[in-house]
This record gives sequence, structure tokens and C-alpha cells, in this order.
Amino acid sequence: MQTLLQTQPLININKLNLYYGAFHALKDVSLTIPEKAITAFIGPSGCGKSTLLRTLNRMNDMIPGTRIEGSIAIGGTEIYSSDVDVETLRKKVGMVFQQPNPFPKSIYDNVAYGPRLHGITNKKQLDEIVETSLKSAVLWDEVKDYLKRSALSLSGGQQQRLCIARAIAVNPDVLLMDEATSALDPISTLKIEELAQELKDRYTIVMVTHNMHQAARVSNQTVFFLNGEVVEFSETEKLFSNPSDQRTEDYISGRFG
Amino acid sequence: MMTTRKEFDHGLEQLHNLLVEMGTFVEEALVDSMKALSGTDTEKARAIINNDQHLNNLEDKITDLGSKLIATQQPVAKDLRRILAAFKIASDLERMGDLCVNIAKFVIRLEGQPLIKPLIDLPRMAEIVQTMTYESIQSFVQENVDLAYKLATEDDQVDALCAQISRELLSLMMENPRNISQATVLNFVARNIERIGDHATNIGESVVYLVTNKRPDLNTQHSI
Repeated sequence: MQTLLQTQPLININKLNLYYGAFHALKDVSLTIPEKAITAFIGPSGCGKSTLLRTLNRMNDMIPGTRIEGSIAIGGTEIYSSDVDVETLRKKVGMVFQQPNPFPKSIYDNVAYGPRLHGITNKKQLDEIVETSLKSAVLWDEVKDYLKRSALSLSGGQQQRLCIARAIAVNPDVLLMDEATSALDPISTLKIEELAQELKDRYTIVMVTHNMHQAARVSNQTVFFLNGEVVEFSETEKLFSNPSDQRTEDYISGRFG
Repeated sequence: MMTTRKEFDHGLEQLHNLLVEMGTFVEEALVDSMKALSGTDTEKARAIINNDQHLNNLEDKITDLGSKLIATQQPVAKDLRRILAAFKIASDLERMGDLCVNIAKFVIRLEGQPLIKPLIDLPRMAEIVQTMTYESIQSFVQENVDLAYKLATEDDQVDALCAQISRELLSLMMENPRNISQATVLNFVARNIERIGDHATNIGESVVYLVTNKRPDLNTQHSI
């Protein structure tokens, strides 16, 4: 088994092409995503941003007819190499989805699930991981007295923070957030955004968002996609104040897509 | 697929119209103040002072409308700069109106006494500044950077005329100390017209910022 991300996590995507059957979903995408920062993917529906996000922990492997050319290296390791263990990859590259998806288990068991799966059985050690992860996800104070309660009893925003706690419980290097706040109310959204800001000191975060203002508020770099291609990749401040490409300007100004 | 943002574009059009109205108002105030000066017409001067509140109200309207557009439409990039530039330009125009009021107050201070010399260069200066005011607003409406840069050259002409007027008035004061009081007033008038020109140039800078996201200094670039 190849161990991932022994070096600093830095994602290098080189001439990536992805096909869903005959449909060419990603075209010659080349990007270098810096570590310990938030990178946002924006673009109209069907532009390929979620597809690219899913390639980073090989979620597309499960979609029949998917073909990939090019390379993605995380921390210097080629993740599509035949000797990469996908389970280990997903431990190191965690993901949070649009809809909070806690397991129908207790709050404690949700967070302890990943560590247990990876062989940790010591109760004290698990308690520590659960507490640290819930604190990191800024949920501990709200749930510390109810850890045995069902995760499904939490509000949507709390459930999403629980999913983040669950993802970080296995100590990932990269956290992928696929529209992680689009199902949440503004207050919960703000909490997740603040959480992302805190987590970026420890994790490399890549987020897909339809909310351009969220990308502008939260991310350090932004990538604008159109028809499967990268149109512009730059510092978020630059992209939202003075984009280089007219198509980016049209999109972020709401005059396109 | 290209889409339009009707509400936002309509708001921008309203901002343009308000700025054009402010610009036209300033042009008229400048013309009137020069007429009041040449005729030492205190009535006309008082009218300029009284009408200035309208300009202040227009600036408030621009602040309110621009704030509403930012809050409700969340513009970014050039759209955001359009509104930020409108705020800055409205502030410049409001100040230009205040400078016209200053000229009107100087006219009242003359108390109808005949002028110590026929006015030649002051009206020339005012004419150039009036053109600059018009062009500055047009450069904003058309987002025309060339027109904005042209203001810097015109501002140099205004500065040169102002210096020339000051020298001439100094000579008159040295010739006859009785001229000192009125020559000082006329010198202040020249300074105020020159400041109006500077504000027009500031508007040009706002336009260059709007279009290019860079901040040039048009007031010193060509300065003499």
C-alpha cells in the first residue's frame, strides 16, 4: 500500500481530461493548489467544478463509463497510480457534501466511525479524538452533554459541522467541500464559513460553491471553470476585483450563465 | 448564455442620470457665478448660494441609491467600481458646487463696486473648467479613459492661467494699494476656479480607476 501525503499536501493537476462516456467533462485542466489555504471552484452548472473536486479523492471511480487522462499528484503521490489504496486516499482527502449526511448513529459514533475503521479501539484514545474533532468543528460546546444522542436529532447546520468533525477525525490533509452550505440557513452558513477559516491553518481546503460571494468571502484562491476548462485561476481578491478574462467578469457580475 | 441584470442596470442608469444632473448643475453654477462677478450682481450671487442645497440633495440621492445597489445587488469587480466611482464623483461635484458658492460669496463681498480691471483671463479659465466638468461626466458615462486623461492637459492650462492671473493681480496691488482689497478677492476667485478644475481632474482619475482598476494621479502628472 502506498502511503499518501508524507510530504506537505500540495495538489498538482496536470493536463487532466475526464470523459463520462462520450461527454468530455474536463478539458486539459492544469492547476496547482497550495497547501493550508482555501481554494474555491466556481462556474455555471455543468462546467466541471464538482467533477474535478470528485477526482481529488477518486469519487468518480464509482461512476460507470468514466475515463481519466492526465495526472493528479497530492503531496507528490500520483493518486491514480494503480498501487494507490483508495480507502487510504479518502482518509487523507476527506469530503463534505451538499446535504449533511450523518450516519443514523449517535453523535459520538459518527465521529469515532472513521478512527475505528482505521483500527483505533482504545476508548480513551477514541474519546480524545471525538472531543478534539468536535472542538475543531466548533460543535463540542453544543453537544458535549448529549454525545449519545442520535446525530439525526441535530439541526442541519449542526449536522454539517458533525460531518466536518467526522471528516477531520481521521486526520486528513485535504478537506473537500462540495456545496457544503447550500442546504443551510444563513446563520449556519456563516458558522461553516468561519469554521473553514479556522481549519485552513491545518488543512488544505478545496470548495465548490455556487455562491460567488461565499467564494469571495472565504477563499484565498478561486478557479473559474467554463465548459470543462479553467478560464481563470488567481488570488480571490484579484479575481473578484479585477479579473483578467472578460468571461470571468461577465460571470461574477451575473451577466453570464 | 448572456443574461442581463435589469434591476442593477436600471440602478446604474439612474446613478448616471443623477451624476449628469449634478454635473450640469455645477456647470450652470459656474457660469452664473462668473456672470455675477462680471456684473457684480449680488442678487445672482445670492441665488447661487441658495440653490446649492439642491446639489447636496443630489449627492445624498446618489449615496442612498448606490448603497441600496451594493446591499441588494452585491456587485463585484467593475460593477462595484462603477458605484464606488459614482460616490467619489458625487463628492467631487458637491465640492465643486461649494467652490461656486465661494465665488458667489466673494461677489457679495465686492458690494457692487466697479471692477479694477476688465475680466479676460478669469472667464477664459472658467470656460475651460466648465468644459472639463462636462467632459469629466461624459468620461464617466462613456467610461472613456482617453477623455479622462485629456482633463490632465486641460488642468495644466487652467493652472497656467491661474498663475498668470495671480502675477497680474500682484502687479495691480503694487501699482496701487487701493487695489489690494479687490485684487485679493479676484485672486481667491481664480484659486476657486482652479480648485474646481482639480476636482474635474479627480473625476477623471475615478474614471481611470473604474475602467482599469489603477489609480493614476492626473493632478500632478502634467503639473507645471
